[in-house]
Order: sequence, then C-alpha cells, then structure tokens
Amino acid sequence: MSLRVTDLRVHYKTLKGDVRALDGVSFDVGDGEILGLAGESGCGKTTLGKSLIRMDGRMRHVGGKVELDGEELPIGDDRRMNPFRFHKVSLVPQYSMSAMNPTRKIGRMVGELLRSRGVALDQATLESRLDLVGLPREVLQRYPIELSGGMKQRMVMVISTLLDPSLLIADEITSALDVSTQKSVATALAGFRESGVVKSMVFITHDLSLTYQIADTIMVMYAGKLAEKAPAKTMVEAPRHPYTKLLIDSLPEVGVRHTERRLAGIAGSPPSLLDPPAGCRFRDRCPLAFDRCAQEPPPVEVEPGHVVACWKADA
Amino acid sequence: MLRLDNVTKVYKVGAFGGKTLTAVDRVSFDVRPGEVVSLIGESGSGKSTLGRMILGLVPASGGSITFEGTPVKPGKAYYRNVQGVFQDPFSTFNPVFKADRVFAMIREAYFPGVADADWTARLRTALQDVRLDPDQVLGKFPHQLSGGQLQRLLIARALLLDIRLLVADEITSMLDASTRIDVLNVLADLKERGLGVLYITHDLSLGHYLAERTVVLRHGEVVETGVTEAVFTRPLHPYTRQLLAAVPRMHAPWEDAEPVETCLYHKHGATGRLYAAAEDHLVACARLGDCPKES
Amino acid sequence: MTALQEVATRKPPASASVRREALYFALRNPKLLIGAAIVLLFLLAGLVGPLLVSATPNEYVGKPMDPPSSEYWFGTTTFGQDVFAQFVHGLRTTFLVGVLGGGIAAIVGMMVGFVAGYRGGLVDEVLNMITNIILVLPALAVLLIINAYLGIRSVGAQALFIGLTSWPWAARAIRAQTFSLRGRDFVDLARLSGANTWKIITREIGPNMSSYLLLTFILLFGNSILIASSLDFIGLGPTEGVSLGLMLQNASQWSAMQLGLWWWFIPPGAAITAIVGALYVANVGLDEVFNPKLRQT
Repeated sequence: MSLRVTDLRVHYKTLKGDVRALDGVSFDVGDGEILGLAGESGCGKTTLGKSLIRMDGRMRHVGGKVELDGEELPIGDDRRMNPFRFHKVSLVPQYSMSAMNPTRKIGRMVGELLRSRGVALDQATLESRLDLVGLPREVLQRYPIELSGGMKQRMVMVISTLLDPSLLIADEITSALDVSTQKSVATALAGFRESGVVKSMVFITHDLSLTYQIADTIMVMYAGKLAEKAPAKTMVEAPRHPYTKLLIDSLPEVGVRHTERRLAGIAGSPPSLLDPPAGCRFRDRCPLAFDRCAQEPPPVEVEPGHVVACWKADA
Repeated sequence: MLRLDNVTKVYKVGAFGGKTLTAVDRVSFDVRPGEVVSLIGESGSGKSTLGRMILGLVPASGGSITFEGTPVKPGKAYYRNVQGVFQDPFSTFNPVFKADRVFAMIREAYFPGVADADWTARLRTALQDVRLDPDQVLGKFPHQLSGGQLQRLLIARALLLDIRLLVADEITSMLDASTRIDVLNVLADLKERGLGVLYITHDLSLGHYLAERTVVLRHGEVVETGVTEAVFTRPLHPYTRQLLAAVPRMHAPWEDAEPVETCLYHKHGATGRLYAAAEDHLVACARLGDCPKES
Repeated sequence: MTALQEVATRKPPASASVRREALYFALRNPKLLIGAAIVLLFLLAGLVGPLLVSATPNEYVGKPMDPPSSEYWFGTTTFGQDVFAQFVHGLRTTFLVGVLGGGIAAIVGMMVGFVAGYRGGLVDEVLNMITNIILVLPALAVLLIINAYLGIRSVGAQALFIGLTSWPWAARAIRAQTFSLRGRDFVDLARLSGANTWKIITREIGPNMSSYLLLTFILLFGNSILIASSLDFIGLGPTEGVSLGLMLQNASQWSAMQLGLWWWFIPPGAAITAIVGALYVANVGLDEVFNPKLRQT
C-alpha cells in the first residue's frame, strides 16, 4: 500500500472558530493507483491535497495520521515535512502560470531548483521526461511567458516529478485550461503512472467526467467527509450514495438536451463546517433521509473496493 | 431580433499601439425570439468580446450589430430590452453592498414612480420566476449567498425590465455541478417566455443541453454554425470534431481525433466565408464536398 | 419582510459585517490604538485648551523668560507671552491647516484620480500630464514667488496652497486603484443599469476604496501639517495668528536655544513630531486592519 490515510482531521482557524474542513477521512491508495478525488467546492478535497504536502498557515492538524510507503508523514510539522517534499511527495499546483520564475529561462530555473534541494540535474532524465509529456526540448531555452497555458502546466508536471516521488498530488490542474489542452495534460499525467515515474497519484478535480477518464478509483467527498469511494467504472455506473447519484444525474453530457431530459440540481446547500450538524451531513438535502440518519453513517465496504458512508447503501 | 453582420473587433496592442490584434473577425449570426443560441469557443476565441459588443460595453471596430433593425446604442433605452449576466457572480455584486441593491438600481433608473407595494410584488414574481425564495435571498450580502443563487438573482434583475434578449456570458462556469443545472434550467424557462438568449460558453455539453442553435468560434472566426443537433451529431469542421472528441464524457473513454493542424482544409476556412452544408448548417471549410459527412 | 421594506425604502445599505470585522481588528491593533490616542489627545488639547486659558496667545501677560510654573504651565517667552496659551492655540491652527490642506488635496486627488482611471484614453493622458507637471513643480520656489507677489497672510490661503500642490501622488495612487476596479463586473452591471460615469464613480468604485481613501487622507493630513510647519518656520507662514510652526520660528528668531529657554521650542517641536509620527503609525495600523494579508494573527 503506497498511501494510507487514517481518520485525518484538519481544521481551519478563523475568527469565528475552527472550520472542520477535513473531519475524519480514511482511505488507501495502492501502488500504481490513480485516485480521483471529486466533490464540490468546500467539500474538503483541496484541504486534503494540501494536508498531504504542505499546510498553509491557517490549517491545523487535529488528528489522524498519514503513512507513505509504511513511513508516517509529519504533516503537522512544516520543517520536518521538508525532506519528504519533492523527494517523496510532490505537487502539481493549480496555477502553473505563476509557479515559474518569469525572469529565468526554464532550463536554468530547473537547475537552480534542484540545487536548492541538494540534487544535481540529470540532463538525460529531464529530456526523457519532456518527451514523455510531449514537450520539445527547446522549451528549456525559453522563458515561461513564451509557453502556452497547457505547455506551462506540462512543464510544471515535469519539474515536480523529476525526483521520482512516490506520491504525486495534482490539484485542479486542468480547470483553467481549454477543453483540448485539458485532454493532453490529463493524458500526460496518466503517462507518469504508466512509465513508473510516480508510484501513486491523487488527482483532485471538480469535474467527475474528467476524473473518470484517467482515475482508477474515484473518491467523492461531501462536507469534509468521505461519501463514497469506488472503482471509476462502478462509481459512474452503479453509485450507491444518494449524493453521488444526484450529482451524476445533474451532469449534462453531450447528447443530453433539456427538451428531452430535464436534469435537476440538488436542492439546498452543504452545511457550514464551523459547527456541522450531528449525523449524516447530507441528510438535509437527501431524498432518502430517515430517522437513522441522525446518527452518523460509518464508511462501509459494500463490495471489494467500494466504500459507502450511507445507511441506505444497500437500497 | 438581434443580428450581427460581419462584426469585427481589432485591439491596438504594444507600447505605442503599433500592432493590432484581431479578436473578432467578420462574425455574422442572429438570435431570434424564443430561442437559445450558444456561442462556443475556447479562451481567446473572442466569444466574450462578442458578448460585450452586443451589450454595448465595448464598441465594435467594424460590421454592424442591430437589435430589431436599429444599430446598438448603449443607454437606458437599449438596456431596457437587452441585459447581461456575467461569469463571476462574486465580482458582479459590489462586495460592500447587500446583494439586493441590484434591484434597487433598476428601480431607481427605470421605475422611480412605482409604489413600494407594487415593486415588492414585481420583485417577488421575478424571484419566483428564477426559482428563488424571496425570504431567503433578500437583505443578504453577496458572500452570504451561493454562486447559483447570485446568478439567479441577476437573471431576476433582468426580468424586472421588459427584456427581449439576455446575454449570458459563461454564467455557469464558476458554479458547482449540483447548482449549475438549475441556472441552465432557468435560462431554458426564459426561452419558453419568448425571450432570446445568447449563451456564451466553453463547455460543449452545457451548450448542447440548452441551445437550439450553435455557433462555434475559433480565433475570432465562426468555423461552424447551425442547428445544435446538426452541429453536434454531424460536425463538419475539423475543429468542431476535435473539440467534441476532447470533451471528457462519462461512460465512454476519450476517443482520438485528428488534431486540427493536420487538416488540409482549415486554412481555406479563414476566408470569412461560410458555406452552406445543409439548410441552417454553415461551415467555414472551402473543401466541404470532400469531407465525409458522417463521422 | 424587513428585507423587502429595505429595498422599497431605498435605505443606503450598510456593509455591516465587513465593518464589524474591521472594527474587531481595529480594536486589537496596538499601532492604530496608540497612534489614534496620541492624535486625539493633541486634538483635545487644541479644542479644550484655549477655553482654559484666559489670555490671547500674543498678549504680554507675565514676566519675560519665566520657566514653567503653576501659573504659566509652559513658561513665558522673551516678551512675557504665555507659551501654553500659544501652544494650545497653535494646535488648533495646525489641525485646521492639516484638515483643510489634506482635505483639498484629497478632493483634487480623488477627482483627478477617479476620472483619469475610469475614463482612460485621452482624458487619462491629459490628466496624467497635469499630475506629472505638478509633481515635479518645485513647490517651495513657487511659494516664494506667490508670497512675493501676493503674500500668504491667512491660514486658509496657506492650506489652499498646500492642498493644491500636494495632491499629485494621491491622484496617481487613486488612478491605479480605479483602473483595476474599472474592469470588475459590477461596474459593467452598473452600466447595464443605466448609471452614468458620476454615479459609477461615487456609488460603485468609491465605496470599494473607502478604506484606501481614508488612508490617503490621513497621509495627506500629516503631510500638510508637516509642510505648514516648515513654511511657517522659514517665514512663509501666515503673518497673523499663531501656529506651532510660527512658535518655532519665533523661538529661533529670538535665540531661545542660546538663552536656554527650552520651554519655548520643545513643546511645539515635540507636538509636531508626535502628531505626524502618530498619524503615520496609525496609518500603518489601519493598513493592517483593512488588509488581511498584513494581519499578524
């Protein structure tokens, strides 16, 4: 097992109190697995991604642990996390546009970056990685501003995986890109796994259909908790959690017209995580809610690899 | 109702305005009452510039935009008939004021003589038309409302006027999946009331869900336009095909499409001329006859 | 229903929660609290002080060169004028010059900045040119000339001159802010609601910059006190009345330093330094209150 997260709790400090952005999440990512992390804004998916590599100043590690290749990550300790970053865990940031120093040629910047981490630049590896994502080698002689959005995103992907990290986190890396660029970036990302550059990957996005294209397993989060986790195909074809079902039903796909099939959204909005209600957090919006939902449903493995946190998962 | 005829927008760029950038190049289409036209394009396609020109927020450099036969002239009279909703709801509401101030602005400019009770009734009707509960959304600050609620407030604002055309520029791209569809359904309802809607988007599936007719833009030019059904099921221009192939779908893996650069014909498309492939299906491709029509 | 009535009666909507948050941080910001306390203390002295002393500031009331005593708190000048009476009256003048000069500069700066930033194009270029000309104008030289021809005789004239020469940097800063706000969607929405340029500036862009405008005014206020004191000191101040700068000038002219009359020049000098310094400290504090990125917690 490459990554094992157990009962992870991360809170945000605010003026009004702690926001429980991540409230007890447990999951595993196997060797060579791409986990797609999906959910709507505020569900905790970005918090989870950040927690695995670098918490920002307002985040606090409240409980639970993260193990990578059998070793516990000191995620709450910024300094002790440093040796792991880039070497063991790496991140492709959402805004690659601003991730590169605009005053340096890319090749030089990569060399400086590696030196600052105490590693010598291996030109051959760098070039083979450029080939892998389909970038010409000349990009090293260019300034970041000369690259298109998709090229920059792929360049950042190459940089963040140069040291063959065990785990790669990609947070909404395609949401600012055009449809056609999105495809090439997502395909290049999957290529890192195929070629064994990274062992496992957490791919965070709000776009369920994009996750479906490259992830092996999809995990849907709701209000700081795991709602459902299943193999990609199962998740799309036979979801069990009412939230996942409603979410998938609200997605228009090419081929659906409102005159033929009028889709519906999910009424209501997620609860405030400042003081979340007891019991199932989807209860207020759930058409299946019944008395028992006042107690919190534990995540249960209904089939091998298919975990659902709902009392009516079998229904 | 709304007609665009060879509309062009050229920006001056560079330190002394020495270079020019053509953002929109000889675009022509029209929007009729009671129909949704979706304007589909990627970033840099000029789709938002077109929307802003139709709203009179930026002047066109060439061609003509007419509404009911008269050229667009920004001002109170025009905005009574034509309104817009923009991409980022949190930027469309002035963050220091309450959200319902957008209604007060309309009242002040257009209906200063309307009595309070009458106005309240109108406001409630408009909010119900966009499926919002007046008691839930009035008197709140923008940050206390969700993106979907804010966008629907803006549509309600437009409905307070006697609008005939709504320009909706990427209005769902910042919204969550579970609320975005409700906003789209509201747009579909407007159509039932006889309004014309220009729905600008980069998302093909949303355009397909909503629109009667589709205009596909690339680098400021129309590459293909026609009845939505025809454009989506029998795409003729290689760019349209490439776009459709790149859309991630559920239940089906990505298929490969020839990249647009390899198309022998696409250069010929840049003549500003559209060729009729069928009735109400135009494509900017000079060698249309050679194309396999079914793909 | 209360919400609906509010719409109906068109009350100016207040930004309650934003303000509450600002207040929360304001009350916990030591820089702002200390700075504001010092300024208010002097303001109070300027307002209440003159009511406590019966003498007019330039009246000869006591023994010359008397050190501070219970009768004359700050001692007397070489001519037997009450330094405390001069000090509290001088504070009044100083604050008046600050408010008037800073106010005029703020108004001109806002007008120019808003219009240039919002309209852009040719209007912007012309206004920018004027701003730059004023910016490089040697204010002191111009003042000497004006003084030679007209003579600045009153506090009002002095404030007007300061106001009319110190607005350019404020205009440039406001122009830059306006320029960035102009592209926001709510400005477009106001245009779609039929609002004209004036309405958009005063009711959409202005309120968004209110904290920024307050900071600008405070800086202009302190700046104008400083310029006024310098002008007074070199003898270009108002010829009648009394101000902290004029006190310093008199003290220097009549060799207070050499005669050891420290009570004559220290109060006005310390007051100017304290007021201007406190204004800057309060300004830094306010900046922290309004700008979440600068907050320490």
